[in-house]
Amino acid sequence: MNEISLMPEEQYQRLQQRNAAEVKELWDLLDQVKDPEVPVLSIWDLGILRDVERDGDRIVVTITPTYSGCPAMNTITDDVIAALKANGYDDVEVKTKLSPAWSSEWMSPEGRRKLRNYGIAPPEDAELDEDGLTPDAHAQCPHCGSRDTRRISEFGSTACKALFQCNDCNEPFDYFKKI
Amino acid sequence: MSDAIKAATLEYATRLGDDSVVLGHRISEWVSYGPFLEEDIAYGNVALDYIGRARMFYTYAAELADDGRTEDDFAYMRSDREYRNLLLMEMPKGDFAYSQVRQLFADVYYTLVLPQLLHSKDETLSAIAAKGIKETKYHLRRSREWVLRLGDGTEESHKRTQKAVDSLWGYTHELFDMDETEQMLADAGIAVDVSKLRDEWHKMVSDILTEATLTVPEDSWAVRGGRTGYHTENLGHMLTEMQITHRSYPGCQW
Repeated sequence: MNEISLMPEEQYQRLQQRNAAEVKELWDLLDQVKDPEVPVLSIWDLGILRDVERDGDRIVVTITPTYSGCPAMNTITDDVIAALKANGYDDVEVKTKLSPAWSSEWMSPEGRRKLRNYGIAPPEDAELDEDGLTPDAHAQCPHCGSRDTRRISEFGSTACKALFQCNDCNEPFDYFKKI
Repeated sequence: MSDAIKAATLEYATRLGDDSVVLGHRISEWVSYGPFLEEDIAYGNVALDYIGRARMFYTYAAELADDGRTEDDFAYMRSDREYRNLLLMEMPKGDFAYSQVRQLFADVYYTLVLPQLLHSKDETLSAIAAKGIKETKYHLRRSREWVLRLGDGTEESHKRTQKAVDSLWGYTHELFDMDETEQMLADAGIAVDVSKLRDEWHKMVSDILTEATLTVPEDSWAVRGGRTGYHTENLGHMLTEMQITHRSYPGCQW
């Protein structure tokens, strides 16, 4: 039987991993750790939470940076440790893993919706150009929904975003780039 | 990992880290001086990517060295003669055309180097390359657009861009030099044999320069020395500024 998945393979795999985890309650607990740059997204939503394991008394959390220069990694590490400590887990190690490299495909569907409500267009709200990069126009405006928009900078408030402006409502907005 | 390979990999990771931190710092000098706000932010983001990459290379170097040093010791506690970066990366920021031409030369270089490094038998170097490849696509598109716009722009912007191309060209030959250390690592499947990338680099850069109505210089002069620690005077001045806080207040945190 052919199964037709409505969810990208990467997201499906992540969800399977989380649901099958021995320490599912810790994954749930870490939902309260937000990305400091985009505080509506949890580290799970963003896809930077890669693994949670129990090694004896020690909890090992693995995270991955979105971009090489992501300045939020140290803060996220501290926040993960603080969230677990507050719930009685004193022995916590946070590992940073580079490979496989983070992909915007890992972002959860819930995360994409939250991002749009927050005023940032998620990756799928623009059609990529022939090189697979951010197009120079037509990312959907998260404020008014118009497609009549233009890119005004390749890099927005952080490396993971580009800056657009809407020609209809005139509002500038960030577009979360696909990588 | 044999001792010889380990020592060579430590040296190689340090070199790649040096290239990244020096270029990243040079780009960061544009922060608050960009031609307009969006561009200022964009270039600052590119700097962050390079500094992030340097941190990964240095962290790996520190792990291989296993002598108690950290990434910070590699960046802040070595003098210019101990730095092994390519000279192109340390050239001053110059005017905006100069920085964009240097950026184009570097971006095309990484467009060719990183996909090779991805196949390195060294898993850490391969993982760092995998992250860099995606970012470099965006970097190159930006620097390419600037060089086209400035080269094929006004008389003044064309003149300045051509001058930048001519004055930086002699520093690009070194990008494709191999020495014993890198050759040994390339033979072991760890390092990239950059000598094989020169023709492709020349073609890609020439196509962009020609499209920008600029003249591709003759290969009439070349400066070399970065990989052996012989630098232009620019690096010492840059490191003075980059390292002063760390050296004045050792262990300071905020």
